[in-house]
Amino acid sequence: MSATRYRAPPAADVVLADLDELVAVFHRASGITHLVAPPVPDLLAAMAARWLTLDDLEREFELVDGDRDGLAAMLDEMAIAGLIERA
Amino acid sequence: MRHSFHVRVGPVSFRIGSAWPEPIRQLRALYRDYPQDVGVPDFTVRLAPSRPWRRWVRPSVMIEGDYVIPDAAPLPVAHGLLAAEMGMNLQMAMGQRRFLLLHAAAVARDDRAIVMTGESGAGKSTLAALLQARGWRLMADEFVLLEPSSGLIHPFPRPVSLKNGAIDVAAAAFPDAHWGPLMRDTPKGAIRHLVPMPDGLAAGEQPARPVLLLFPRFGLAAEQRPVGAGEAFVRLTQASTNYVILGERGFAALTGLVRGVTRAAIDYPDVETAATMIEALW
Amino acid sequence: MTPARTLAALLVDPAGAQALNDADWTGVLAVARAEQLIGTLAARLDGLDVPTRVRAVLADASATALEGRRQALWEAEMARRALRDADAPVILLKGTAFAAAGLDAGQGRSIGDLDILVPHASLAAVEEALLAHGWMWVKPDPYDDAYYRQWMHELPPLIHPERDRMIDVHHTILPPTARITPDAAKLIARAVPLANGLAMLSPPDMVVHAAIHLFGDGDLSGGLRNLWDIDRLLREFSENDGDFWIALSAAAVEHEAAAVVARAVRLSHDLFATPVPDAWAKLSTVDHWYRRRLLARDGWGRATRPATRLAFYVRSHWLRMPPAMLARHLWIKWRKTAGDREPPPPPAERR
Repeated sequence: MSATRYRAPPAADVVLADLDELVAVFHRASGITHLVAPPVPDLLAAMAARWLTLDDLEREFELVDGDRDGLAAMLDEMAIAGLIERA
Repeated sequence: MRHSFHVRVGPVSFRIGSAWPEPIRQLRALYRDYPQDVGVPDFTVRLAPSRPWRRWVRPSVMIEGDYVIPDAAPLPVAHGLLAAEMGMNLQMAMGQRRFLLLHAAAVARDDRAIVMTGESGAGKSTLAALLQARGWRLMADEFVLLEPSSGLIHPFPRPVSLKNGAIDVAAAAFPDAHWGPLMRDTPKGAIRHLVPMPDGLAAGEQPARPVLLLFPRFGLAAEQRPVGAGEAFVRLTQASTNYVILGERGFAALTGLVRGVTRAAIDYPDVETAATMIEALW
Repeated sequence: MTPARTLAALLVDPAGAQALNDADWTGVLAVARAEQLIGTLAARLDGLDVPTRVRAVLADASATALEGRRQALWEAEMARRALRDADAPVILLKGTAFAAAGLDAGQGRSIGDLDILVPHASLAAVEEALLAHGWMWVKPDPYDDAYYRQWMHELPPLIHPERDRMIDVHHTILPPTARITPDAAKLIARAVPLANGLAMLSPPDMVVHAAIHLFGDGDLSGGLRNLWDIDRLLREFSENDGDFWIALSAAAVEHEAAAVVARAVRLSHDLFATPVPDAWAKLSTVDHWYRRRLLARDGWGRATRPATRLAFYVRSHWLRMPPAMLARHLWIKWRKTAGDREPPPPPAERR
């Protein structure tokens, strides 16, 4: 079985607004507003319209201390919310 | 329908039809200083008997209209005016699409507005009504209309629905005010409608720029704290009936609002204290 | 002309808008809202010169329809993601299908719950996948649940609480107790794939389903909108395919729905001037009764002719369920409603 991959919507399909400690993300395809905290906006930017695996993301974000489980949990949560797609 | 009445409140026009004459007579009297508008209405409200024979036998009013809630309990005809007001609120809550609708009150000086929101019972209606005696014009006491394209607040100066003790307090503050009839024993106790002061009605179509967003709580010792943009945003999405259906327009309007204003939560023991705190924040 | 008739005429020929005065518009807009056709009307009148007030109301309706469409398509996408591993074809029905396929019938249309059709053999897998992806049962009532599973053509309704959207999972398009039995296997075999990985019914089957939905569901309320769907589908499909009427005849017979399809076509021709072959056009006596019922709204948006309404309600329940079963169903409903309304006994009596 191949590794789970994740993909975020193209950058043009999300609108971001900084709200002090949080970021409001409007997802155009669903019309749903998500309130997120860092590093979610960076993850969305990195994965915009690209299928990436956990390994890819770790490389991209240089996660040396290896909080791989935390990252995977966050991605799954984003997938359940419909903000990213999981395959 | 047998009896009908047209009225315009701020930018919104209503047509109210009734099976009985009395609610329409009361509406005419209450809204005598508003533009009586017979053009194509934005919303229709119907006050109809719950069963055909209920027009005469123990008459009871069903609130109907363009938008309805299936299980709304009927009211006695004696509370027909209240039914009409609830019907107008219902149309706004379910059907308003031109403005982002916030369950809030607003007052203004010239073209600068304060938006006040909070849970029901936080005293925002009473506070907004009483601020009229301190140099503010009333823009809205129940529904604040935020225009997405401009970020401006548009007035929606409906009569203020005052309950129980607040009725006497306002009567003392505004001896010359125009009032609706006192309705006792409604599901919310005694209710009486206070028509906004003439300056608020005269400026009924003049928008204002929001500069202060306030989360007031009545009945506590004076205290004040700043509110983060994220928290304000979440609380206002919960106070809006049409945020989701407005889509991206709603998102832009609401993020724009919370980022563009001073935000504060205030606790206040009396209106005098609240007015002083507001002047300082303003 | 009554406001309902004016609305029907305006949908067919938007140029008629020029002749309307404020009072006409007030009635037309009230009826269009009540019949859930206001978004459709807005789409039809788009770009025409109408009074400012009317334009504002219609612009609101267009924006609402657009958001509704976005949400409906997103719900379909979420169902697609959830059912990716269920290994079953997922066929969109009704409004969501019209929107996803870009059909005229979807223009400005309000869209309610997500309705999908899946093979009967896949029901268990689909149910399991939806529950695993956040959907929940709407009615935890075991009687209702058993009733649905035994007698209905769909799973008990599921809701996604976070998005507050319902999904109806059908395995055919009428309850097994109905007097006509559509051929579910053919519906599925002939389904047409859509670009988004989902599918829709074939054009003739879609019209058959729309006709069954118009007459077989509920008490004909919302019927004007459902008939408008049929008009748009017939126009678009017959324009694209010279043999469409032959295919429609055949499909109607296969699904034992020739009578309802023929009636839907006649009424659509009568109310919306749908171009149909001569043999399909002539209105019967009973059709006039249906037409009155479809137009039963006054200028305040009120339902008129309550007697006709009741007759249709009883009739439509009977269509779906043999009478003895209906009696049992209603009895259980009444008993439960009566029980709900009884005030609880005072504490003293309880002891």
